[in-house]
Amino acid sequence: MLDALGDPTRRAVFERVAAGPCAVTEIADGLPVSRSAVSQHLRVLKEAGLVRDTAVGTRRVYRVDPGALATLRAYVDAFWTRSLADFAAAAERPAAPPSTTDHPPTEESS
Amino acid sequence: MTTATSTSVVVETEVGVPPERAFEVFTSGMETWWDPQHHLSDAPVVRMEVQPFVGGRIVDHASDGTTCAWSRVLAWEPPARFVFSWDIDLRWQLEPDPSRTSEIEVTFTAVSPDRTRVVLTHRHLDRHGEGWEAMATAVGSGWSLDAYAAATA
Repeated sequence: MLDALGDPTRRAVFERVAAGPCAVTEIADGLPVSRSAVSQHLRVLKEAGLVRDTAVGTRRVYRVDPGALATLRAYVDAFWTRSLADFAAAAERPAAPPSTTDHPPTEESS
Repeated sequence: MTTATSTSVVVETEVGVPPERAFEVFTSGMETWWDPQHHLSDAPVVRMEVQPFVGGRIVDHASDGTTCAWSRVLAWEPPARFVFSWDIDLRWQLEPDPSRTSEIEVTFTAVSPDRTRVVLTHRHLDRHGEGWEAMATAVGSGWSLDAYAAATA
């Protein structure tokens, strides 16, 4: 099921839905993809059991499926993905000297 | 029948250091990479102590002097393998019942003298039962995937 979150854009769509119930247009407004692309991603998320949709007037509102183990897995997956990225950065950082200084890190161009 | 993967999550990464260093940073420097928003303590956590033996605990030391032992060390095999429990419930509070806790296995495998593959498996997630939504609420911005996006860009 987590394959449904293998695509970065789809993860972004899921993250937006997880932040609060929303419609396709609201999701599309916040992402550099078309509404039809968002709809496609939502369909995959729905088939994976991660989100469910309800009709509200003429709109279709998406929310995460609150009882689904798949959603807990998605949460844990996001947590560890983020943590391991930070871990990798920490592991590759040269061992810090015992005393700290106020020197800012070397700046990189934007 | 439920497959193992349906109740677990596997995340991998590769780091440019030998397994010994990777294991050390993971276990001795947890506070250097752990998301500071994901703690049980009210005050900021200044140190995460891993007691280096099976049966040891992972203890968060907060700036106000309080401590919180939120995990049991289940396997301690430096520099190759580390397993610890996740004694945290879905409201992000201590879970005292071991039958309702999940566990995390981390393996460190050299792919070259200076590179290590780190595979993390968080398993038995079903033991927590339902109610993940409270967890997401309890940790606020737990859904941010910025680091993921940066790592995969």
